Amino acid sequence: MTLDEIDRALLLAVSQNADQSTTQLGQKLGLSQPATWRRLRRLQESGAIAGRRLVLDAEKVGFGVTVFLGVKLATKGRISLEDFERAVSAIPEVQSVEHVLGLYDYRLRVVARDLADFERVLRRRVMTLPGVGNVEANVLLSEERRQGPL
Amino acid sequence: MLDDVDRRILRLLQSDPTQTAPELAEAAGMTTARVNRRLDRLRADGVLKATQAIIDWRALGYAVEVSLRLTLDKTVPRAFDEFLAAARKVRAVIEIQTFLGRVDVRLSLIARDLPDYQHIYRQEILTLPHIADIEALMTVGRVKYDESLPL
Repeated sequence: MTLDEIDRALLLAVSQNADQSTTQLGQKLGLSQPATWRRLRRLQESGAIAGRRLVLDAEKVGFGVTVFLGVKLATKGRISLEDFERAVSAIPEVQSVEHVLGLYDYRLRVVARDLADFERVLRRRVMTLPGVGNVEANVLLSEERRQGPL
Repeated sequence: MLDDVDRRILRLLQSDPTQTAPELAEAAGMTTARVNRRLDRLRADGVLKATQAIIDWRALGYAVEVSLRLTLDKTVPRAFDEFLAAARKVRAVIEIQTFLGRVDVRLSLIARDLPDYQHIYRQEILTLPHIADIEALMTVGRVKYDESLPL
């Protein structure tokens, strides 16, 4: 789908805060409420907006540590990717799973209460996954989402 | 500190952030007024920050997503600050993360296609300051991406 300037501004606004009403959004963008609503619906129906996520302060709800894991499968061909993906997705502490091409096969985002809790998740849950081989861990220090080409 | 009721509300809201307070109240078995009071307090305490729309860059024509894992030249005193300031100016960058580990910084980069990626990589990434090493991981697919917390 192609976006005009107003669509871009609208997409940027809801990607930062989707709690605003169409009236509030319209006021910021110089649009009427019905026009804002129509544009928002078009962004949703075209799939440009894939869904909504709740942003919580991870530390305040008790998750002080976020770690990114690069996982290499040890026995490719013998273990099915579907089995690995199903098992890894079922781990509650695993927030995201990406299938990647390069040095690793999968990239995982894992949360834990602290480093001791992370060690428990790593040893009991991740290292016991079917077919898991080499694992590299990097502890997240800071993170920012950018607006990208919008 | 959160109690069990807070956790239940956040768990439900996390599974579907578009729910209204009355819907949430019914699912949680509470009155709407009580749910609203809890939500107000969670917002005031900074626990509940916002709801955000998730952008699907593929649907907008950005077919390529690459994770660039960088190590920086730490012999330069301000390597991190200078690198990050320059990386923020690259429009194709959608995420910047810093790490403790083998990798110092990760950039998430999107491009329309491979020639577009190659152009951005050569013109805008390799010219960033203080890079010691780069590894690229190309995203083939997302298996899980809701980023919900195990409350």
